[in-house]
This record gives sequence, C-alpha cells and structure tokens, in this order.
Amino acid sequence: MRYIPHTSKDVEQMLKTIGVSSVDDLFSSIPKEFRLKKSLNLPPSLSEMELRTEIESLAHQNEATQYTSFLGGGCYQHFIPTIVNYLSSQGGFLTAYTPYQPEISQGTLQTIFEFQTMMSRLTGMEVANASMYDGASALAEGCLMAKRIHPDKTHILIPQNIHPDYRAVCQTYLEAQDVTLIPIPYDSKTGTINLSSLEKEASEKCLAILVQSPNFFGVLEDLEAIQKICKAHEALLIVAVTEPLSLALLKSPGAYGADIVVGETQSFGNPLSFGGPHVGFFATRMSFVRAMPGRIVGETVDVNGERAFTLTLSTREQHIRREKATSNICTNQALLATRATIYLSTLGEQGLKKLAQWNHSLTNTLCEHLKGKAKIKFTSPFFNEVVIETQSPLPDIEKRLRDKKILGGISLETYYPELKNCLLICTTELNTEDHIKTLCETL
Amino acid sequence: MNFPETLLYTKDHEWALNKNGTVTVGITAFAQDQLGDIVYLELPKVGTTLEKGKTFGVVESVKAVSDLYSPVSGEVVKMNDPLKNSPDIINKDPYDKGWMIEVKVSNPQELKDLLTQEQYQKLVAS
Repeated sequence: MRYIPHTSKDVEQMLKTIGVSSVDDLFSSIPKEFRLKKSLNLPPSLSEMELRTEIESLAHQNEATQYTSFLGGGCYQHFIPTIVNYLSSQGGFLTAYTPYQPEISQGTLQTIFEFQTMMSRLTGMEVANASMYDGASALAEGCLMAKRIHPDKTHILIPQNIHPDYRAVCQTYLEAQDVTLIPIPYDSKTGTINLSSLEKEASEKCLAILVQSPNFFGVLEDLEAIQKICKAHEALLIVAVTEPLSLALLKSPGAYGADIVVGETQSFGNPLSFGGPHVGFFATRMSFVRAMPGRIVGETVDVNGERAFTLTLSTREQHIRREKATSNICTNQALLATRATIYLSTLGEQGLKKLAQWNHSLTNTLCEHLKGKAKIKFTSPFFNEVVIETQSPLPDIEKRLRDKKILGGISLETYYPELKNCLLICTTELNTEDHIKTLCETL
Repeated sequence: MNFPETLLYTKDHEWALNKNGTVTVGITAFAQDQLGDIVYLELPKVGTTLEKGKTFGVVESVKAVSDLYSPVSGEVVKMNDPLKNSPDIINKDPYDKGWMIEVKVSNPQELKDLLTQEQYQKLVAS
C-alpha cells in the first residue's frame, strides 16, 4: 500500500479547489445535533516500536500455534513454503484490485490463467474459472448453474455426508429458487452415500445429484455408480472436493464423467486464518461454459500479435448484463488463487503426488496405532481423514487431549446426533508419528 | 442499410415474415450491425410457447449479450439449426439464411401492431 500524507498546505489547496473553507464544512449536510463535539475516547497514539510490542503481546495470547492439530473437515493445515508468502506479497499481486484492464494487469491475468489450467488438470475438466469465494458457495453456485441448464426440472439430491456447512449454504442460495433439496442418507457401515436410497429418489425431475468425495467422513464415494444414476435420469453430476490435495492421488472426477466439479483451494498455500478467507474452484465441461458463474481469463493476442491475457465472456457478467447476468459472482479470490498457483508451481506434479501419498500414509499410520484403542467407524477407503468411535466418553478424552495441547479432531455429534463419541481425525504432513502416538495413547 | 418491404418489424429490431399464419423471425441488418460479430445464439426448442414482446432467446456478440423479443405470440415450429454452429451467418445474411425461428401464430391480430418497413426505417434513422 502507498502511504501518501497531506501537508496542511495540501489540505488548504484542496479545500480551495472545491470551494469550501474548512474540513468541517464537508460535513455540513449532517445536522449539528448528530455531530460528535468531543474527541473520540481512544488511547494516545503509539510509536512504531511501542505498537509492535503491543501487537506482539496480543499475538502471544493466541495459543493455537502451540497446539498439535488433527482438525480437518473442510479446513486443512499444510506447510506453506516461504516462496508463497514472498512472491504473493509483491505489490503487483497484493494491492491490485480485480483485473478489469488487461493493458495494466498482464501479470495477474496470466497467474489466474495458470490457476484455471491447473484446476482443469487436477479435476479432469475442460474449463475452470478464475476462482470462487469458497468451496461452499462454489457448490451452491453449481446448483444454480445446473438449474440454468435444466430450468424445467426441480429436484436436487443432497447426501447427508456432504459437509454440513456446504449443505447449509446450498439451502440458503436455493431458498428463493424453484428447487427442492432432497436429503439422501449415508450408509451407517461404509460412510458413503446409501446408493439404494439415491436410486429410489432419482427421477426425471432430478436436475442434479451432489456428491462430496472424499466426503465429510473422509471416505471415497463410488463416483462410477453415481454417474450411472445421473445418466439414467439426465441429471448433472456435481462433485465437491474439500481437500483438493486428494485430487493428486485419485482418479479425477472428470474421468468419472462429472459435469461440474467444485471445491475448496485453501489447502494449496493458504493459511487457516481462523476459518477464512478461503478460495473456491469451479470447473465444468466446455459445452456448459456459458452457464458457468464467475470470471474466466482467456488467452488471446495483443495488437502486436504477442500472447496476451484478458477476461473473457464478460458480456454475461453483472457489470455489463446487470440483473440478467449469469451469476452475481462479479469477482474472484485473486490473491488466494495466486497463492495456490505459486504453491502448485513450487510443488509440481510429482511433488504434489508425493505430498498426497505422505498425507495418506500418515492416516494409515494413525489407523495402526488406533488398534485396541478406538474403532474405525466406517469401512470405505479414505484419503487423509478418518472417523473413529471412542470407548470412553468423548468430552473426557477431549479434555485430556487439551491438557497435552492436542486438538484431537472434530466431534461429529454436533452435526450428527447419532454419531455419539465419534471423532473426525485428519493427518497432514504437519503431524509427526510422535504426535499420532501421543494422540492414540491419550484416547 | 437494407430493410425489405415484404417484412414487418419490431422496435426491438426483430423482423417477421408472415406466410399463412406461420411467421419467420430474425433480427434486422441494423441489429446485427450494432451487435458486431455474433458468436453465440440461444434459441427456444421446437414446441415452446412464445408470448409477444417477451424474450425468446439470447444473442451474444463480442461486444454484448442481448435478449431477443418475440414479435408475435404462438408456438415455435421450426428452428434454424445451422445457426447453432455458425451464428455468424446472421451477420452475413440477416434476412435469408440468418432466420432464427418459425412461429405458428396464435393471434393473427397481433401482426397489425408491428411496424412497416417505412415506420422501421424512420425509427432507425431517429
């Protein structure tokens, strides 16, 4: 950010130019009785040195950094290489607003173009946009897009093992639409979607089936079987991914015939930051590109015939088409998408695969150490998260863990009353085998 | 700019050609010129019921996306399929090969509300 101070002479000149005699005159339209006549009740200003001490003492009150965390469930702690912070804090990336003007924003536009390419490749889809606010709103926008493609259909099937917050956001977005969200139960043994219920509820009224894989319980869904059900009823298959690192290891949703793939990109070089801001991704088939929400950066040539980048299909966006725009998403998470791009370029295809394998093998290690201490709740294959059922009451265990400065996982009873004493545990490269041992011994 | 005498026009720059109660609809030479290169077209399926003055489709050019307004009420009986892959036909030949849909008119009285060539020419000139 630029810091541009005004001298009293500057202020005087500006007032003169606009024809008022004092700064107070600028507020003359506010009635006198509503104006504050005394100074604000604030502590005196601090020097930079004092301010730094003050802020550091506040930061020390945040104990989270001293804890070992096994929390996942949509937000994942991963190591962020220094290069991500260094490059993304360059002024051109950090302080720039969204790139409306290609003539001054080639750097940002190219980075976003690369982001789109990377997300297309990871999801196995033909086209990805410049990013969304977060995974939950990306899923909700996916539902709205499916409705644009099938305006005459009214049902969307929403399995209960999709992230509860994602389901809540979909509910909010679709409240005013002619769409009924039909909940589909999960199989209490495998943790995956109950396929016979899904088959029963699927009909020609169905415009889309939503699937999260790995789902909220960390286990993988049978996308092949679900895609067949979609096909039989001409419903779109919308796949949500909360942990995109899994895409490095698994067969892509696109390869299973998904129509829309959405999700969260926080895992790629973005910190947890108390739950936000996050960054969503959105990918689809080329034939649906005009129904896709958000911005897209396209490659073109400039007047000199050189490779150049610019926003494309903007004619359908809100700043041009107003109330008839494809969606109300008129921006993207440019900075966080930039961080994801830098992160992915740093790791590369092989690095990302290795990291995904590392995460998965730690979860396997966790399962080994859990033997005799707690039961693995669901039988389906997992990526880097697993649900366990503890032998003693969970609140007691959580207290013991906290005393050892361990955040053991997410208690599922809050979202699923039937899952008493069930804990969703996530392992990433930031958890060592020692952490895992301590966790398991404390259960 | 050419505005054939045989056609009827709307103030939204669509043209209509009536043949025994079946009306062919397209956009005028003025409309395609204002839009510039047309890159995409959304048309209603055969069997769709249209209402006079309401949107029946969308035309997208490199400059803008515009709605298409139906000059008459009725049912869509035919669609110009080649436009799907080559919407630029509209730029080249808006009145002949660039026709968009055929509508079986439900209320022939509505045709009387449309503009004549002379009236439309005045509108464009103003």
